[in-house]
Amino acid sequence: MAAKGWLPEHTARRLTRVAQRALLYFILLAGGVVILFPFYWMVSTSVKPPNEVAAVPIKWIPSRIVWENYPQAIYAMPVSVLVFLKNSLVLSSLVTYGTVSVSAIVAYPFARLRFRGRRTLFLIILGTMMIPSQVTMIPLFILFSRLQWVNTFLPLVVPAFFGEAYFIFLLRQFFATIPREMDDAAKIDGCGPFGVFFRIILPMSTPALGITAVFSFSGMWNNFMGPLIYLNDMDKFPLALGLRAFQSGPGTGRSIRWEHLMAASVLMTIPMLVLFFFTQRSYIQGIVITGVKG
Amino acid sequence: MGRNKRRHSAVAGATRPDAAAASRSRGLSLGRREELAAWVFILPWIVGFLAFTAGPMLVSLYLSFTETNMLNIFKHVGLRNYVDLFSFDKVRSLFWISLYNTCYYVFLSVPLELAVGFMIAVLLNQNIKGRGLLRTVYYLPSVIPGIAVSLLWIMLFRGQSGVFNSVLALFGIQGPAWLYSEVWSKPALVIMSLWGAGGPMLILLAGLQSIPTELYDAAKVDGAGVWSRFWHVTIPMVSPTLFFVLVTGIIGSFQVFVTSYVMTSGGPNNSTLVYVLYLFNLAFKQFRMGYASALAWAYFVVIMCFTVLLLRSSAAWVYYETGIGGE
Repeated sequence: MAAKGWLPEHTARRLTRVAQRALLYFILLAGGVVILFPFYWMVSTSVKPPNEVAAVPIKWIPSRIVWENYPQAIYAMPVSVLVFLKNSLVLSSLVTYGTVSVSAIVAYPFARLRFRGRRTLFLIILGTMMIPSQVTMIPLFILFSRLQWVNTFLPLVVPAFFGEAYFIFLLRQFFATIPREMDDAAKIDGCGPFGVFFRIILPMSTPALGITAVFSFSGMWNNFMGPLIYLNDMDKFPLALGLRAFQSGPGTGRSIRWEHLMAASVLMTIPMLVLFFFTQRSYIQGIVITGVKG
Repeated sequence: MGRNKRRHSAVAGATRPDAAAASRSRGLSLGRREELAAWVFILPWIVGFLAFTAGPMLVSLYLSFTETNMLNIFKHVGLRNYVDLFSFDKVRSLFWISLYNTCYYVFLSVPLELAVGFMIAVLLNQNIKGRGLLRTVYYLPSVIPGIAVSLLWIMLFRGQSGVFNSVLALFGIQGPAWLYSEVWSKPALVIMSLWGAGGPMLILLAGLQSIPTELYDAAKVDGAGVWSRFWHVTIPMVSPTLFFVLVTGIIGSFQVFVTSYVMTSGGPNNSTLVYVLYLFNLAFKQFRMGYASALAWAYFVVIMCFTVLLLRSSAAWVYYETGIGGE
């Protein structure tokens, strides 16, 4: 625009376009750098020499890379980080198995079978997503402590085996896209509703089941409040609580070793990044389907 | 009500296998069989719903009228918990403070996150190189465990050795004490929440991409400029998605807990004591389960009110192409 007047019109217009493009790329790249910076800070702190972690003025780049922070971090607590890791894996796997299989079972009739109250019931299931878990937290705690389940994995795992509204919704949306001719062919071969579910719907839904599994796995992996309420012994902690233990320290009054804490954070974050990168396409689709078609 | 009754009878039918077998031998119609199968499939959810959602909610309502000590003694106290709860006396109740803190957080962070997310989505929706990569970069923070994010941002917000204050110092500004300042602790949490703007961005970008290009072409033919096309095509077409992100964002942000618990423990001077943290402290630190249940129910009612208000208001500004959104 500034060039108007002393340049041929089409050249001026092209210049404006080039300038606009440049500005667009600049904003997006600058934004990207800002977004990525905290990641850099996490990783760089995890390999900083201890005296540079809280240095004034700030040390933007570690003077040397201290890889030993990692093995030190793993054994810095009374319980090894590897035990936290194992607990996280066990918890997340059990929860994933329960949530995915049961949610698929519950989603199926909403996509395929005709029955009275189908619409109403589906709306009720969607409605339960609006109920914050904190409302049921206290009675559930009382229930599980009466059952002597406190300080075990059971309160975190058992409810998963009754399905999860969000995943029921997600899977129903996907099941509904499978062509009905497939069902009909199976029905002619003598399959009932159960046969159709196990022989047609499930095998055809591996991508959707996969992404449900990824969501449910990371949901439990990142879950902090549940383990905080139910687990007391450090050797039962998943990573989320383990990290918190780093912060409060094994004995009181100990100053926080941020390089260890960040090393442990990196270890907890890597599996999530790996899961995300390897399933990116369907991951994004899974997030989007709820928003755009919801 | 009538519908409810029918549902129960159907559930009962599905759980009595002997009856089901008997009727099948008499030659069950295909429709009846399908209906029966449907209820068998749904049964686990119904059991779970009764045991882990509906049942506990009722119990929680009951508990809110009692006083309990360490899980075993339940003494009826009538409405006293609620009277205490809504008291403005800070010694008796931090309800209003925690509600204020939560609303401050929700009504700043959600609109800001939405605005930033939308802006990035609009920019990414241009025909640019490396769009997929940029989208991934912007979304990345949403993949990080909340606990790791909170711990990381404690470092970024540190006083003298913190990243924020070090950057501010480059411009000769002396930054505040952030998490240690009663004034700046809440804004700090809001700033931190913006790191997650990639979540709304991802959904909004998909919403933008699903707008048919013919609409833009038609607008162009009618002589609409860039801004006019944005206001009269983009905004209405993407408004249902905006609305969805807004509602889920508000409901999700009301449940904010980990950040306050880990970063500030609600301090300084209760300036970041959010609702769920207050609830957690009452229930699991002081073991005042009855009082905490009253708090939980008040919380439920507040969230429901906001949701209903939002849904009611949506008719005014959300554009639906074909009637209501449907399932």
